[in-house]
Amino acid sequence: MRRIGIKSIVLAASLAISSIGAADAAPQPAPIAPVAKPVEAAPVAASPATVQAAPAAVAAPAVSNDPMLAVDGAPAMAIDPKVGQPVDGLITIQPQVTPNGKQALWFHNWLLVPTITIITIFVLLLLVWVVIRYRRANNPVASKTSHNTILEVLWTGVPVLILLGLALPSIGLLQAQYKPAPKTAVTLKAIGNQWYWSYQYPDNGGFEITANMLKEAGETGKGERARTAIDGPRLLATDNRVVLPVGVPIRLITTSNDVIHSWEIPAFWIKLDAVPGRLNETSFTIDKPGVYFGVCSELCGARHGYMPITVEAVTPAVYAQWVKAKGGTMPGAAAAPATAEPAVDVTANVTGPVADGAATGPVRNTSATANAAGAGTVGQ
Amino acid sequence: MTDSALTGHAFDAHPHSDARAHDDHQMSFFARWFMSTNHKDIGTLYLIFAITAGIIGGAISGLMRAELAEPGIQYLGYWASFLPGGEQGLDHSLHLWNVLITAHGLIMVFFMVMPAMIGGFGNWFVPIMIGAPDMAFPRMNNISFWLLIPSFTLLLASPFFGGAGNGWTLYAPLSTYGEPGPSTDMAILSLHLAGASSILGAINFITTIFNMRAPGMTLHKMPLFVWSVLVTAFLLLLALPVLAAAITMLLTDRNFGTTFFDPAGGGDPILYQHLFWFFGHPEVYIMILPGFGIVSQVISTFSKKPVFGYLGMAYAMVAIGVVGFVVWAHHMFTTGLSVNTKMYFTAATMVIAVPTGIKIFSWIATMWGGSLSFKTPMLWAIGFIFMFTVGGVTGVVLANGGIDDYMQDSYYVVAHFHYVLSLGAVFSLFCGFYYWFPKMSGKMYNETLGQIHYYVFFLGVNVLFFPMHFLGLQNMQRRVPDYTDALAHWNWVATLGYKIMAASMLVFFVNVIWSLAKGKPAGDSPWGEGATTLEWTLSSPPPYHQFETLPRID
Repeated sequence: MRRIGIKSIVLAASLAISSIGAADAAPQPAPIAPVAKPVEAAPVAASPATVQAAPAAVAAPAVSNDPMLAVDGAPAMAIDPKVGQPVDGLITIQPQVTPNGKQALWFHNWLLVPTITIITIFVLLLLVWVVIRYRRANNPVASKTSHNTILEVLWTGVPVLILLGLALPSIGLLQAQYKPAPKTAVTLKAIGNQWYWSYQYPDNGGFEITANMLKEAGETGKGERARTAIDGPRLLATDNRVVLPVGVPIRLITTSNDVIHSWEIPAFWIKLDAVPGRLNETSFTIDKPGVYFGVCSELCGARHGYMPITVEAVTPAVYAQWVKAKGGTMPGAAAAPATAEPAVDVTANVTGPVADGAATGPVRNTSATANAAGAGTVGQ
Repeated sequence: MTDSALTGHAFDAHPHSDARAHDDHQMSFFARWFMSTNHKDIGTLYLIFAITAGIIGGAISGLMRAELAEPGIQYLGYWASFLPGGEQGLDHSLHLWNVLITAHGLIMVFFMVMPAMIGGFGNWFVPIMIGAPDMAFPRMNNISFWLLIPSFTLLLASPFFGGAGNGWTLYAPLSTYGEPGPSTDMAILSLHLAGASSILGAINFITTIFNMRAPGMTLHKMPLFVWSVLVTAFLLLLALPVLAAAITMLLTDRNFGTTFFDPAGGGDPILYQHLFWFFGHPEVYIMILPGFGIVSQVISTFSKKPVFGYLGMAYAMVAIGVVGFVVWAHHMFTTGLSVNTKMYFTAATMVIAVPTGIKIFSWIATMWGGSLSFKTPMLWAIGFIFMFTVGGVTGVVLANGGIDDYMQDSYYVVAHFHYVLSLGAVFSLFCGFYYWFPKMSGKMYNETLGQIHYYVFFLGVNVLFFPMHFLGLQNMQRRVPDYTDALAHWNWVATLGYKIMAASMLVFFVNVIWSLAKGKPAGDSPWGEGATTLEWTLSSPPPYHQFETLPRID
C-alpha cells in the first residue's frame, strides 16, 4: 500500500497538484488490525453502548442468545476504522482480506499502476523535451520529416508486448475469480430491494435477515434505532449485519426484487449486480474476522446511496452460534453435530465405485471433501 | 468533381470578392438563420447551440459539486422546492439529484460535445477542407440542426414533469417500471430526435466526403480532420440505429405492455445494456475522434511540419472505429458475464490502446524537429495529448475484467471518462475553437486571455478530476448526493477544482465577447506557413459561397 501511495503521488505531482497529493497522503493505511479486537480498543465515540466490554467472540449471556449482539443489543464486534471502509485522504485501494482480492491488489499495485505511471511519465518527458528543444527560438527551421518506418513499427509493437504482459496476469485473475465454490461453501443469497438488502442463508435452514441503513439520531422514524459509533460510519452502517464465517468459501448469489442493484464489498474485491429475473453467482473466502462495508453500486432510484452493505466476518464457531440464534441450522447439524458434510461424501464414496466405478465421481467428491476439511465447520 | 472543374481554371482564392456581400445581405435575418442551407451558417448555429448547452450542462455540474462539497445533504431540498409541487421530503430531493446527473450526462454528450464537434466544426470545415462549395444535402443539413431544438426542449422540460432520474444510460428496469410519469418518455423521445439528427448528419458527411472532393483531393490527401469526421460519421450511422431500437423498446415497455426488458414477461434487463453499450461504446469514440482530427491539424500547423505518419494516423482512427464496435461489454463486467466473455472483452478492449498509442506518439513525432510556436490552440493541443494519455492509461486499468470488479460504478470510472472527455474532448473543442475563431469570425481572439483561460482551466480540471481517482479507490460509488464522512477531503478538493475551472470559463466568455466586438482583423492565414489546409486560402470569414470554381489539388 505504501509503495503504491508513493507511485500515485508521483503521478499526481506530475499533474501539478503535488502539494495536494503529498499533503493528504500522509495518513498511511495501518497494518491489518489484530483479529477479534475487544470493543474498547476501537476509537469510537463515547456512547452508552461501549460501557460493556464483552469480547467479540464470546456469546453474550442472558438478555440475548445472539452472539453478534452485546448485552444491550448493539453489535459486539469492534470495527477497525482502517479496514473495510474508506479512510479520509487516502489515495489507495482498501486493504484486501480475500485471496482473490490480494491477487487483484497485487496485480493493480505492482503491475498496472507502475506500467501506466511509467508510460504517462514517458509521454510527459517526451512532450517537455519537444517543447523545450523545438520551440521556435531554438529551432527556427522545421524539418520536413514525416516518416520513419522503424519508429512506427516500434511504437506499434512495443505497446502490443506491454499489453500482452498485462493481459496474461489479467486472464489469470479472471480464472481465479471464476473458480466455482466447492460443495461445502456457505451460500449467501443477497436480494436487492428499493432500498434495502435482504439476505437468505439457504444452506443454513433458509432463514432470512433484512439490512436497512441506520439513520442518524434525529432522522429516525418511530421505533427505529439511530446509528451509534459502534455500528459503523454514517451511510455505511446497517441495522442487521450479514454474518459470514472466515476461512470457509462463500458462495454469493445475487438477485433483485425490483430494479438492478449491485452488491459489493470492496475489501473482498467483490461486486456483483443484482438483476431481477437472474441469479448471479460468485465466490470468495474471507481471511480475517472483521466488519466490512460496501454500498449499492448500480443506480437504483432515489435512495441509491442509502442501501449499504455490512458484512461481519467471524470464526466458524461463532458463525454456527449465530446461525443457531437466528433459528437456522448448520448443514447436517441436526443429525450429527460434528461433521455432517463429510458423512455425505463418505456415502458418495461408497456408492460411487459400486454404481459406475468412474473416476469422476470419487475424484470430485475427494476434492470437495478435502476442501471441507481444509475449511472446517467448527473450531477452525 | 464536376466536369467544369476538370477543365482546369487556375485556382482563385477569392473568385467573387463581392459574393458574400451580395448573398447574405439579400436575405432577411429570419431567412438566413432559420431557413439556412449554408454549411457555415449551420455550423455557426451548431456552435451557438453547443455553447448554450455547455453552459447549462456545466451549471448543472456546478450544482452537483456544490452539493458534494461536504458530506450530508445541503442544497437539494432547497432546489427541489423550485420544481412543481414544491418541496416534498427527502425522496423528492434525492430524486432531483438523479435528475441532475442524468441531465448533465445527456446534455454534455448529445447537446454539447457532439453538436460542437460534428455539427459545428464538421459543418464549417469539412466542405472547405475538401474544396467543396457546401455539404451534399444542404436542406437535410438544416433539418439535422433544427431537430436538436425540440430534442433539447423535451429534455429541459422533463424535470418539470417529474424528472428523468435514470442516469444517461437509462437502464431498464429503473427506466421502465421503476419510474412512472411522462418525464422519462420525454427524455427517450429527446434521444430519438437527437439520434435522428445525428444519423441525417452522418449521411450528409459521408456523401459529401465521398462525392464532393475537389479534383486531386484523393482520400489519402484529405486533411486528418476530414478523415476523423468520416470515421465518426460511419460510427454514427452504425451505432445510433441500435440506440434508437433500444430506447424504442424502452418506450413500448413503458407504455404499451411489452416486456422486452422485463423478466416477468420473458424479457431481460441485461439485453438492454448490451444494446445500449453497442451504441454507447462507439459513442465515446464519436465524441473523441473529431478531437483527434482537430489536434492533428493544430499540431501540424504550429510545428510547421506535415503530420508525422499520415497514413498510420488515418488508419489508426479507422482501426479505433472498427475495434470500438466489439468492446462494448467492458461496461458490463459486473452484470454476471461468463468468464470467457469477460476474457474476450478484456483482451479486445486492451487492443484499442495500440492505435491510440500510435496517435499519441505520432503527434509527438510531428512536433519533433518542428519549429514550435505556442499560441493558445497549440497549448490546448499539447494539453490534450497529455491529459488524454492520463485518461487512456486508466482505461487500460479498467479494461481488466478482474480489476474492474473493484472500480465498476465507482468514482474511478467517473475520473477516467472525465479525463478522456472533459479533459480530452473538451480540450480539443477549445483547441479547435481558438484555432478557427479567426477564420470563422474574421477577428483575432485575445492571446493573453486565451492563454490565461488555458492555464487556469488546466489547473482547475485536474484539481477537479484527479482526486476522483482516489475517491473511487476508497470506494465512493457514482450517482450519490451524499457520501460517508471519510470521503470528505477529496470531495472538497474536487469542488475547489470546479471553482477554478468555472473562473477560467469567465475568462473565456470575456475573451469571446471582447474579440467578436473589438478583435483585430484576422488575415486570411493568421497562423502563417504551417497552416496548409484549404480554409486558410480563403478570406476570413470565408465568402458566403466558397469554391464556385473548384480548386485543384496537386
